[in-house]
Amino acid sequence: MKSYLLPQFLVDRDDYRCIRCEVCVRQCAFDVHWYDGEEDAVFADESKCVGCLRCVTLCPTNALVVRHNPTQHPPNANWTKEVLQNIYKQAETGGVLLTGMGCDKPYPIYWDRIVLDASQVTNPSIDPLREPMELRTYLGAKPDALKIGGKEGKLSLETRITPQLKLETPIMFSAISYGAISYNACESLARAAAEAGTYYNTGEGGLHRNLYKYGDHTICQVASGRFGVHADYLEVAAALEIKIGQGAKPGIGGHLPGEKVSAEISRTRMIPKGTDALSPAPHHDIYSIEDLAQLIYALKEATHWEKPVSVKIAAVHNSAAIASGMVRAGADIIALDGIRGGTGAAPTMIRDNVGIPIELALAAVDDRLRQEGIRNRASIVVAGGIRSSADVVKAIALGADAVYIGTAALVALGCHVCQKCYTGKCNWGIATQDPYLSKRLNPEVGARRLVNLLNAWSHEIMEMLGGMGINAIESLRGNRLRLRGVGLTQEELDILGIKHAGA
Amino acid sequence: MRIDVDHHAGLPGVFVRVDGKVKINARHMHYRELNNMVKAAASEGVEEIVLENVYGQRYIGSGIRRPVRIVVHGVPGNDLGAFMDGPRITVDRNAQDGVGNTMNSGLIVVHGRAGDIVAMGMRGGKIFIRDGVGYRAAIHMKEYRKFRPILVIGGDTQDFLGEYMAGGLVIVLGLKGKGRRKVKFNARHIGTGMHGGTIFLRGEVEDHQLGKEAAAVPATEEDKDFIRPFVEEYAGYFGANAAEIMGSDFLKVYARSHRPFGGLYAY
Ligand code: SF4
Ligand code: SF4
Repeated sequence: MKSYLLPQFLVDRDDYRCIRCEVCVRQCAFDVHWYDGEEDAVFADESKCVGCLRCVTLCPTNALVVRHNPTQHPPNANWTKEVLQNIYKQAETGGVLLTGMGCDKPYPIYWDRIVLDASQVTNPSIDPLREPMELRTYLGAKPDALKIGGKEGKLSLETRITPQLKLETPIMFSAISYGAISYNACESLARAAAEAGTYYNTGEGGLHRNLYKYGDHTICQVASGRFGVHADYLEVAAALEIKIGQGAKPGIGGHLPGEKVSAEISRTRMIPKGTDALSPAPHHDIYSIEDLAQLIYALKEATHWEKPVSVKIAAVHNSAAIASGMVRAGADIIALDGIRGGTGAAPTMIRDNVGIPIELALAAVDDRLRQEGIRNRASIVVAGGIRSSADVVKAIALGADAVYIGTAALVALGCHVCQKCYTGKCNWGIATQDPYLSKRLNPEVGARRLVNLLNAWSHEIMEMLGGMGINAIESLRGNRLRLRGVGLTQEELDILGIKHAGA
Repeated sequence: MRIDVDHHAGLPGVFVRVDGKVKINARHMHYRELNNMVKAAASEGVEEIVLENVYGQRYIGSGIRRPVRIVVHGVPGNDLGAFMDGPRITVDRNAQDGVGNTMNSGLIVVHGRAGDIVAMGMRGGKIFIRDGVGYRAAIHMKEYRKFRPILVIGGDTQDFLGEYMAGGLVIVLGLKGKGRRKVKFNARHIGTGMHGGTIFLRGEVEDHQLGKEAAAVPATEEDKDFIRPFVEEYAGYFGANAAEIMGSDFLKVYARSHRPFGGLYAY
């Protein structure tokens, strides 16, 4: 069948600059470039280009420009280029449209409509370069009250504190499974988390044996497929996370196609090579809050009550009520993943149309837990579109204890957000299991890039805190008075629980 | 309902040591307290732990990594042996939901029936249920190399047996009443989403009772030789006649594909 799809990108090659080194030919796993010896020229099949900019970045003479195909479809606000191209694709394949990374639709990004406060005159700001500034964060249930006892003048804490995660900075790496990303990408995340004193999350793909040594900085996920979940896995983790949902695909499960189940992946997930790894939409043992409680306590029992248990849900309309149930079911940490949360593969229609922005979900959940007087019983971690230290600060002021970053972490590793992760051909060595591609990502360099990012953000967070005259992240948590909305409706302001700028 | 107090079991919450065994009277104990005691006894290295008056306590056998024998007198609660890795549990009554949930190795023998999602996500070890089980037995059971879970059900099952099944072996003997030779199973949606593993049914099902990802053929003599040792093991636990059971026809249910959703997407 003749395809009616137009190339998404055009590849312009400056023939004068091109030295025929064929770097682009070797670098592009989508086989866009080829060298013709007879004509001594490099050509491109643009229909295959995904716009990942690997070739552009590596071309030694800057001979390449990859740009959006400017061809205009007949003007129509309804039947846009994207809509038409999707329909052509489905008419040609009969398949469900797939995509990678987070929702790219222009839903409002509330972070960009919220501004931060700073001290002027009355409450002096603090300079983090000269004065101590505390970013350390503990995640886990906090007691309703502390009972201090002691004898002969020596005080001691009598309240038993349930297990906590100790973070040197309130930023962790989101759940990304080995399978969705390469071993080298996993190792980069693990090493960076260990070095920076924070945590990364295995996602639902099990934990490679070589990475067990980073267990103290690993949150091991238990998802509906229960892949790679066994006694060692539960034991090595610093915390466990029950994955109910994911912002990129609320309400549906996942399929890791058989061709991506390599020998190593098969060993880690503990399933035969080449079979589809199906993560069903629900956990078969969870149909209610009571069932969730049963799994939370099963995990606590299996790990001798030594680890906090997190429960991750996608941000949806009634997240606040669900979160309340989750806390009552015994979750120590509630992870909320907003509509902009990333994924290795999701049906496009789900990714772009299901769920709600994380800012609104966070505000609603934090409010609800406070109203019910149970906010202390669980920490809140938010994910799904945290792009900068400013987003982190705003999230914490809105009520989060910490954030998860996924896409931002992958971008630090080289990702250019081309959204083609599901093809398994990531030219940046991230979302691939092809050894030729994955060796492009050196875990040592990857870890360095990630640690640099965390250090830079942490420093920026300190600067922002200092500017507000605050010297501990603790004092910012849920401090919505330090936030103001810009250009938001009264309803949005009410949900976010903030005032408009100027008020 | 009146529960007889077993005066020989000792006071609740107290270890009683008899001939290298530990006895615990679970009466009125919270599961956490009970499991702490069981774990403590297991870590001491005792060979057998006998639990008296068990009445709905959950997660028994969970979090223990030794092949200790645990004898349960009474009805254990949900998630018996969840995430279990080694213990050998015998239950003298019925069991509830989630027996062997995500179990890795060990043995569970139930002298009665069990509830829903028996052997859910189970990856290794063996489970023998004397009578029937509830819905979704063996759901998403898997196998990997030396890990090959085995579930033998003496009675019959409710719907969705082997849903999403990805590996392992399930044998359903259909022993109802006085062990009639031909059993008509009523379960529907057997093997829906199945993409690995095998189910042997002693008796018959109609095509419409199978999920669309599953197929059934009569078991060959070779197949029967393969399952015979497990049926004999079942007979050993519960005193059935293995030769007579094996004399009947079995149906073998298997996955049509290891890639049930291979063609679903537009790449
Ligand atoms: S897919 Fe990436 S590497 Fe290949 S031509 Fe396009 S931008 Fe360059
Ligand atoms: S991980 Fe790779 S494939 Fe996925 S968006 Fe980033 S660059 Fe593209």
